[in-house]
Amino acid sequence: MRVIATYNIKGGVGKTTAAVNLAYLAAQDGLRTLLWDLDPQAAATYMFRVRPRVKGGGKALIRGTRSLDEAIKGTDFDQLDILPGDFTYRNMDLLLDGAKNRVRRLSRLLGPLAADYDVVILDCPPSVSLVSENVLHAADLILVPIIPATLSLRTFDQLTGFVAAFDGPRPDVLAFFSMVDRRKRLHREIAERLHRERPDIAAATIPALAVIERMAAERAPLPVFAPRSPAARCYRDLWDEVRKRAPE
Amino acid sequence: MGDTVRFVEAGAREYVLADSGAQLPERVHDELATAFSVEEDRRASRLGRTWLDTFDWRLYRAGLTLQHVSTPGPRGTRELVLTDRGGQRLTAPAGLARWPSLAGALPPGPLRDRVAAVAGLRALLPTVSVISQVREVRLRNADDKTVARIFLDAMSSRALGGAPIAARLTVTEVRGYAAPARRAGRLLAAAGAALTRQPALDAALSAAGRFPLDYTGKVNVALRPAMPGGEAVRAILLEQLDNLEANVDGVLHDMDTEFLHDLRIAVRRTRSGLKLLGEVLPGDLTLRFASEFRWLGDLTTPLRDLDVHLLSLPPMAGRLVGADPADLQPFLAYLGRRRSTERRRLNRALRSARFAATVGDWRKALLVPPGNRGAPGGPAAAELAADRTRRAHARVIKLGSAITGSSPPQSLHTLRKRGKELRYVLEFFASLHDPPAYRAVLGDLKRLQDCLGDFQDSQVQREEIQSLAAAMLAQHAAPAPTLLAMGELAAQLAVHQGQARAEFAARFAGFASPEGRRRMAALTARGDRVSRGSA
Repeated sequence: MRVIATYNIKGGVGKTTAAVNLAYLAAQDGLRTLLWDLDPQAAATYMFRVRPRVKGGGKALIRGTRSLDEAIKGTDFDQLDILPGDFTYRNMDLLLDGAKNRVRRLSRLLGPLAADYDVVILDCPPSVSLVSENVLHAADLILVPIIPATLSLRTFDQLTGFVAAFDGPRPDVLAFFSMVDRRKRLHREIAERLHRERPDIAAATIPALAVIERMAAERAPLPVFAPRSPAARCYRDLWDEVRKRAPE
Repeated sequence: MGDTVRFVEAGAREYVLADSGAQLPERVHDELATAFSVEEDRRASRLGRTWLDTFDWRLYRAGLTLQHVSTPGPRGTRELVLTDRGGQRLTAPAGLARWPSLAGALPPGPLRDRVAAVAGLRALLPTVSVISQVREVRLRNADDKTVARIFLDAMSSRALGGAPIAARLTVTEVRGYAAPARRAGRLLAAAGAALTRQPALDAALSAAGRFPLDYTGKVNVALRPAMPGGEAVRAILLEQLDNLEANVDGVLHDMDTEFLHDLRIAVRRTRSGLKLLGEVLPGDLTLRFASEFRWLGDLTTPLRDLDVHLLSLPPMAGRLVGADPADLQPFLAYLGRRRSTERRRLNRALRSARFAATVGDWRKALLVPPGNRGAPGGPAAAELAADRTRRAHARVIKLGSAITGSSPPQSLHTLRKRGKELRYVLEFFASLHDPPAYRAVLGDLKRLQDCLGDFQDSQVQREEIQSLAAAMLAQHAAPAPTLLAMGELAAQLAVHQGQARAEFAARFAGFASPEGRRRMAALTARGDRVSRGSA
């Protein structure tokens, strides 16, 4: 089982759309896939038309009184399940703080699912917190959407530095340019330069296109309602790169 | 997992609807629409489905169902779907698989491993084929989320003159949405669908006029204690004739090695039946057919011996110490050539007028109407069973007790043959015995026979290797490394035989122990009681 997390300190950079589309594409490739929507806003859950509620809330999951297995819901797509988001996840930091082995609790909880899934995708809330630290420890690959701007890159470097200082196994970190506006010179320049210079930035980029925003209205992954769109192709390219980077 | 097989849901709730075609009847749709938004596929998928099993239904008996599911057209898919009683499902691409085929020829993966573990040496053969028209019906909640699925499967038998099959509705649960699936089931029932426990395979078989477990190779004849012994023997021998004939086609087409093995067992049982029980049949029958069945038995021996060599070679090659397994390649090739020759010879015999006359006349003789079977009389079945079992047992005890450490191998071989006769006579009359007492006696005998079998098979195989080596040399087909490797095989067999010989005394002592004899006495006492009661 490979664990892939979409993560960024900032919100609104395309984490959830990437998580939803990559999870869908993984399942389409025949991989048994679970998407865990860790964001209390539960946007990924909404896109799969699942109610954003976990019995017993985040508390039951973190304390282990309810197994992750019991909370999982099937989506409308073969091989793709979701562990829904829940508003109580907003308190997850506090719950993790009280748990044993507090930075590896999520990793422990995912352990029993190894036989059921080939891929788990964690959609993280935007923050620097105990939740994100748990995610960084649980993941084999951290996928970081960044908008082509100098400050975004600085944040990414902070993250790679933080991960590099981990004791024991460290996740692979891969950034990809998200919400790229080809009309903006700065976006073009930064993207082109960094693709040349940085092997930890994916070749695939996700453009800023209206069709991606439609996902929330359609409540479906992009390849479902716009399978031939350029944006769907971009996500496919990104998934192909991610799959090579995190082989099963 | 492709869309092709999504409807094959192990452990799902299934309903049958006698009046449904390939479309959901309006009243069923309306019933479901009271709780869900119902979305039905506009077109049904047409699938070819062929169920596969070994000739002796090993998968069925193990609770496994293997299907070859294919969709038509140039872009059609072909998949293998294996389901078990526990609700587990495995799939694999079927590729260009042709049936019959050994499990080892399936694409590598968990499905092949699971099937091979159960099928063993037996080939997978089609048991029944249908055309399925499958339509998916999605049941959605207020968020337009699919919360349950129903697969409507209209099957039609591909068998000539196949009977109609009632449409099946499979309700499948979406993970985490158990309640909607239960509700869908209730609504189907309200619309007139009946919950069924009959698997789709059984429905398809029944429509094609077949029944599962129609061949087992085991003695399965139901006798009554007081029935005339002659009738019982006819029933026993008729079943063996059925078994013999059932295996002929598999031998002729070389489907797997076990067809010949089972055919030989049917012949041996027939010969033992004639020898031990033949006197209750009209006088000339035994004389007339004993020689014909000996001819048939002898005819099959060379091919079976070669099969045993070929089957035992891979594990033995793995245990070679001095030689390389690759050194055996010329031996393997030689065995293959010999096997082809022997197959042709056997096939000619099985297609001969003599074989047709033997089995045809034998059947006629066994089926002679009761009025033409001569004067009634003779022992009742239970009495015959007790008497012949006791005699066969006494012969084994007598022969075995005379064997000492210095007895020649032939004495153990003779004992094994008498042991087989005892086993057959026990099996023939199994339906008359108390099941636990029967199992205990058979267990005692099996422990002895396994040891004798190891001893004898090693002896025969060792001698065979020596004569094959001589034949290969004469044909200049035996390089020195091959002969050395064959020598090592012969040495392995000699060691194995020595171990069996060393174990014999203890095994026989166990069989002939006072407890063993008491168990046998208890088994035959029942027949004595029937005999006294009928006197």
